[in-house]
Amino acid sequence: MSSRLDGSVGALVDAVQSGAASALDVATESIARIRASDSGTAGDAPLNAFVSVDDDVQSAVAASSGGSAARALAGVPIALKDNIATLRLRTTCGSRILEDHVSPFEATVVGKLRAAGATIIGKTTLDEFAMGSSTEHSAFGPARNPHDRDRVPGGSSGGSAAAVAAGICQVALGSETGGSVRQPAAFCGIVGVKPSYGRISRYGLVAFASSLDNIGVFGRAVDDAARVFDVVSGPDAEHDATSAAVEPETVQQEPGRLDGVVLGLPAEYFPDSLDPAVRDRVMRASVAARARGAEIRQVSLPHTALAVPAYYVIAPAEASANLSRYDGVRFGRRVKEASARDPLRAMYEATRSEGFGPEVTRRILLGTYVLSAGYYDAYYRRAMAVRDRIRADFASVFASGVHALLTPTTPTPAFKFGAISDPYEMYMTDVFTVTANLAELPAMSVPTGRISGLPVGAQIIAPRFAERAMFRVAYALEAELGGEAHTG
Amino acid sequence: MTGTGAVTERYELVIGLEVHVQLSTRTKLFCRCSTAFGAAPNAHTCPVCLGMPGALPVPNPEAVLLATRAALALGCEVQERSVFARKNYFYPDLPKGYQISQFELPLALRGRVTLASGASVGITRIHMEEDAGKSVHDKVPGKTAIDLNRAGVPLAEIVSEPDLRSGADAVAYLKWLRESLVFAGVSECSMEEGSLRVDANVSARLRGETAFRTRTEIKNLNSFAFAERAIALEFKRHCAMHDRGEPVVQQTMLYDQANDEVRPARSKEESHDYRYFPDPDLPPIDLTAAFIAAVRASMPESPTARRMRYTNTLGVPAPDADALTTDRALAEYFEAVVRAGADGRTAANWTLGEVQARRNEHPGAAVPVPAANLAALIALVAAGTVSNTAGKQVFATMWREGGVPKAIAERDGLIQVGDADALARWVDEVFAAHPDELARLKAGERKLVGVLVGQVMKRSGGKADPKKVNQMISERAGLG
Repeated sequence: MSSRLDGSVGALVDAVQSGAASALDVATESIARIRASDSGTAGDAPLNAFVSVDDDVQSAVAASSGGSAARALAGVPIALKDNIATLRLRTTCGSRILEDHVSPFEATVVGKLRAAGATIIGKTTLDEFAMGSSTEHSAFGPARNPHDRDRVPGGSSGGSAAAVAAGICQVALGSETGGSVRQPAAFCGIVGVKPSYGRISRYGLVAFASSLDNIGVFGRAVDDAARVFDVVSGPDAEHDATSAAVEPETVQQEPGRLDGVVLGLPAEYFPDSLDPAVRDRVMRASVAARARGAEIRQVSLPHTALAVPAYYVIAPAEASANLSRYDGVRFGRRVKEASARDPLRAMYEATRSEGFGPEVTRRILLGTYVLSAGYYDAYYRRAMAVRDRIRADFASVFASGVHALLTPTTPTPAFKFGAISDPYEMYMTDVFTVTANLAELPAMSVPTGRISGLPVGAQIIAPRFAERAMFRVAYALEAELGGEAHTG
Repeated sequence: MTGTGAVTERYELVIGLEVHVQLSTRTKLFCRCSTAFGAAPNAHTCPVCLGMPGALPVPNPEAVLLATRAALALGCEVQERSVFARKNYFYPDLPKGYQISQFELPLALRGRVTLASGASVGITRIHMEEDAGKSVHDKVPGKTAIDLNRAGVPLAEIVSEPDLRSGADAVAYLKWLRESLVFAGVSECSMEEGSLRVDANVSARLRGETAFRTRTEIKNLNSFAFAERAIALEFKRHCAMHDRGEPVVQQTMLYDQANDEVRPARSKEESHDYRYFPDPDLPPIDLTAAFIAAVRASMPESPTARRMRYTNTLGVPAPDADALTTDRALAEYFEAVVRAGADGRTAANWTLGEVQARRNEHPGAAVPVPAANLAALIALVAAGTVSNTAGKQVFATMWREGGVPKAIAERDGLIQVGDADALARWVDEVFAAHPDELARLKAGERKLVGVLVGQVMKRSGGKADPKKVNQMISERAGLG
């Protein structure tokens, strides 16, 4: 059968609603594609985009409320990053410490997806506890980039991005704390959306750094992502105290012109050191926006250089506390250590030493250090002050009449496995994405061309809760760029 | 010159108290689990209070309201912005590996109370926090069992300044605290159920010294009496060490009531760095001035203010005023009786006597006698219509069966007889039956009046008005 999976979400939903396609058939095909992507039959290394797959397709479809009902995502197969709690599949966070963990409750977004008729096909590969930019820190092996399997898909939501880019599903959920949706979207040549902080409930998202964490959406096209975004966003006061109370406007809309829209190009995101090819592809988006009627303006966000250092204080600090609950007492892995002197302490140490990988361990230590007596003021308090400056930078640019910003999503296209071994160098790859997390702004990456066959993404950053305006720009860019978005 | 007098007389005791009270909410601080005491282990738990991956805390507004009431009841300044913070440490009964508390910005600051002794005690701060669970070491042989029913139960911690100088003042402060919080409906303050817990910071210094010396913290103080005892023991220990020139080590002590001793807590004393930081899952608590004003307006009169009103304007003797204000329900009943027309002193007598006695027999039960009926009974006694003794009988009947006092007194034949003819008949009879006593009385042996009055009362079946009988006997015996 010609695959519904290769078309748009809108077309698939129409087909399921009209009875021309069945949710079960589509989900079955989606799962078959997962198997094929891991089979190595085409001479490729396994994609390894998934940690768990729901093999009981019938039950998976039944768990959503009726594939044929007139629902927004009727029959749409969707993959979830494996740090989003589900009842039917385990939630490992890519960690040995949660290898067999099945959550006793499901995330708010999962309930919303099922109510909208989507079928959850599986849980995707990620860097352990979402800490990383390549999925190389997954305890269950990294996912690969469908465009070049010797390269990383990006991270930490690399499995979700790879699944969408490989055509396994049209949409997926990821999460991001410093760019973990936008960066893999850019590396895999798809659309990746980070909401305003508070726009999508975090209930059921296993915490990395609570003040920066967001659930995000991947789509092969802008409209695919928009349809999922509209389903999963909205208030959740009952379960998430940081959830925004205001009902969001729908982001799904017809592509149109950008007359009257002012797009800012922040100088700090186009440094002299930026790869000219990356600059060139991002300028394609700028040209496309102008062609649609937007005004392009040079702007400045002077504290941008401080964002990565501040981020790598705040995020580990929060993580060090968030990960304390993995102590072997109530759930997850417990490693018993025979020790007459202090069996409790020995159990803690053995469980956490064996359960956590090196990057998670590094960040827990870093976070513990920056919160310690005598260092708190020098690190954590200062980082929070920097965060305020970064917020203020954006506020002043948006107050000056700029509606959204246009930047590169990443400084480079996808790199090869093992290419970046120095943690600091790896952290610097987040330079263009961490700012939106620190400032709680919505941001998204859209494809804007390729370099030697590898996708490049352009990032749109908008004022808080201005997701509809952000999507308006994304729709227009996608329509204007057409095939150029996916060619060198 | 040294050596005169007890060691403890040369030293001054310095005490600061940290009191945890459980806020009387129906559900926990950050989830909807019940706070009911005494359920099966771990019956009241959910993903949030178990610290399951992905669960998030959502504050209980009722807890914030009660903590605000606590702050106002203790005369503290409620802060318009306070912030929940994480206190990080590992312990098996602490599910998340951190306790959600408040640190840099607590809910309330700066309170002060003057105790009956004249001591003025500052309250440093009041903050909200969640309780931890319970480790049970004697349930499963060789293992520790964990009960997380208490995990997430809302507490207010009330920290005093080191202003207390005696165990007696410490107890007076604790009593004031408990009374104020129970009155304000904030907490049950039951030490037995753990809804009031006390830790005491104790140090000793030479009288006249201005700096504080090293303190120790005594935990596990299960009653006010034990608290006073443990403080006394610890003070003595500090004094002796200072005298011997030994340094006091800052550590946590436990009071062992079975052996009546204070000893270091068994757990090894790691110096904890709790790494407090604002909890990113919880936005700041912003209370508007209007909210705080509304809570203030809804506060009941404090026991102290009430006590003053009772003594100054209702004429209630101080000990009675103290007794009435230990119990809000009792105080309110008393006031209703006064409002219904009884005078303060008599209403206090009845409330603390007959009413209280029966409430003690039926703890927790509401008083079935309407305040107006007690006031009417008091009026009957005052008018001499029924005797005091008969009045108690009428009250007992009202408590048991209901009804209004006059009707009961009439039905049961308890109306006093004050009619002169009827009284004269009984007096004549008694004089006839006791000629000797009458003769001695006439000869000036005045104490026999009482004996003869007693005989008249007996003959009348208790109905004669004793005052009038007394008067008549005195007159007829020629005593004027």
